[in-house]
Amino acid sequence: MLYEMNSLKVLFDFDTWQEIFGSIAKNKTRTIITVIGVLWGIFIYITLAGAAKGLDNGFEREFQDMAMNSMFVWPQRTSVPYAGFKVGRNPRFTISNVNDLKMQIPEIKYIAPRSARGVFGGSPPASVVFKDKSSTYNIYGDFPEYTKISTKKIYKGGRFINEQDQKNERKVCVIGERTKEELFEEDEEPVGKYIRINNVFFQVIGVHKYIEGGGFETDGDIFIPFNTFRNLYNTGDKLDWFTIAAYPDADVVAVEKKVKAVLKKIHRIAPEDERAIGSFNIGELFNRISGFANGMTFLSLVVGLATILAGVIGIGNILLISVKERTKELGVRRALGATPGEVRTQILLESVFLTTIAGIIGIILGAGVLAIINFMTRGITDYPYTNPTVPIPYVIGALITMVALGTLIGLIPAQRAVSIKPIDALREE
Amino acid sequence: MISIKNLHKSYKMGDSSLHVLKGIDIEVGEGELVAIMGSSGSGKSTLLNILGMLDLLDEGEYRLDNVMIKNLNETTAANYRNKFLGFVFQSFNLINYKTALENVSLPLYYQGLGRKIRQEKALEYLEKVGLKEWASHLPSELSGGQKQRVAIARALASQPKVLLADEPTGALDSKTSMEVMALIQQINNEGKTILVVTHELDIAQMCKRVVTLKDGVIVKDEKVKQVIVPTHV
Repeated sequence: MLYEMNSLKVLFDFDTWQEIFGSIAKNKTRTIITVIGVLWGIFIYITLAGAAKGLDNGFEREFQDMAMNSMFVWPQRTSVPYAGFKVGRNPRFTISNVNDLKMQIPEIKYIAPRSARGVFGGSPPASVVFKDKSSTYNIYGDFPEYTKISTKKIYKGGRFINEQDQKNERKVCVIGERTKEELFEEDEEPVGKYIRINNVFFQVIGVHKYIEGGGFETDGDIFIPFNTFRNLYNTGDKLDWFTIAAYPDADVVAVEKKVKAVLKKIHRIAPEDERAIGSFNIGELFNRISGFANGMTFLSLVVGLATILAGVIGIGNILLISVKERTKELGVRRALGATPGEVRTQILLESVFLTTIAGIIGIILGAGVLAIINFMTRGITDYPYTNPTVPIPYVIGALITMVALGTLIGLIPAQRAVSIKPIDALREE
Repeated sequence: MISIKNLHKSYKMGDSSLHVLKGIDIEVGEGELVAIMGSSGSGKSTLLNILGMLDLLDEGEYRLDNVMIKNLNETTAANYRNKFLGFVFQSFNLINYKTALENVSLPLYYQGLGRKIRQEKALEYLEKVGLKEWASHLPSELSGGQKQRVAIARALASQPKVLLADEPTGALDSKTSMEVMALIQQINNEGKTILVVTHELDIAQMCKRVVTLKDGVIVKDEKVKQVIVPTHV
């Protein structure tokens, strides 16, 4: 009873800590080497976990402008004869497919058909003229929904294509940064001006900011309403490809399969024809990459924990040696009235104290290294790495794990210390 | 103060057992200064260990200040040692990384006294053994005689009922032995009960009573004329 009352008090007692400092400070070199063992463990853990998080954040940044569960689907050449058709047919998707897909696949949130000139070979880019300057650029026919799937940052004062543009087949366009630089004077505001695309005048309604990592698009792309594109190039109901975003909780791989199945049925393509419809599933890619990042995080957790464990075992080992060396001292303490409980508490607290100090220093050093990595990778955009951090709960969790392990491992030398009989310890040899 | 009746103690050595104490009866009154003499193997250290509750008796009865010492677990033994007994060892057994003052205040720490009181008391006892000036020194900076005086101060600090000294002069030269014995006599004169284990006759004669052990029994128990050691040799 008395001891139990003391055990809590003992933690906050200056004298307890003085006793612990005294015995730890007695052999400084050994203490420092022991501390380094655990410190190294938590340092490795923090650095690895932070680095993995940086990679994770980097991937996330790469994908920030695309809906995570989106995909592109485009027609290719058939490779299986079907329903009387020979192989090598080029099916073309049509605008009416949008409704078919929406009706049959409820998981689809947004669907934006696109047509383009200048992108996938075959068709030439458009020649664009403003005043005395001219150049060629890729032209995209877009629905307003497209910005729901792939974010387009428009410079202040401008906008993207809207429903009215689409409905009225307005001759308006959104130009790229490079287009602006190449066709306009430096201080000239392009919004409101008219440029000639394939000899048709278009009013500029916005300039989009180019974001790296977004697939095949460039900083010179010109976006015009889909319906205007139809008229300009006389494409009728045909379109080049679909950009589709599924609802966040949908399985993107399954949605992709359904989309292909529906399109195959409409365009009379053999269900087993794998080559007739091409697709690029960003959701799947993202899942794979985030799976990789998760794997890295898990790996760092395992490696970190194993290293911490090795360090803590080191502390236990050193304390065991220390207890053996201090047999006489512990015997004297017992003769002077130290109870077994007091001796046990002292050895345990030495273990916990060493692990905690080592842990805190390791965390600080790890955070320091992460800060340096962060500083050095700050400007880098061509490599998916940004903002390496370790979530606070992970850090606290690691610290708690260490204190717990320190206590557990400390029990061994503590028990050893208690089992020393004062009479044996004090026997004069 | 101490009352022992028919004390037996034997140690198991493999198959055989070694009967070390074969029925000891001894009464020590308050304020006595008793030398326990005997050659090595006579059982005098075993007797001291049992008196110091560092070892358990097999048979018989041990009362300390009218408290029956029996069936002690380690924790109660520790508390009794802390309250009733002060130990002085042949090899001093000071804790080498603690200063003289910290060594003396250690038993007070285990009594649960506050820091300030501990330091005051420890300083008081260091002064008593003439080492107040050495309070902040480590044992390694003290001479053998000084170390033993610090150890005596430590033994006294918890105000024990009995002081147990195991060959207190065994590691000292004759001059410092005299100093230490003078101190022990002085403390005894102030009323403290002291038991000194020794195998040196001249040390024994500085006590008031000599108990001689041989082969585990008391062969002689007599009051002697105490040789008074001058305080300053």
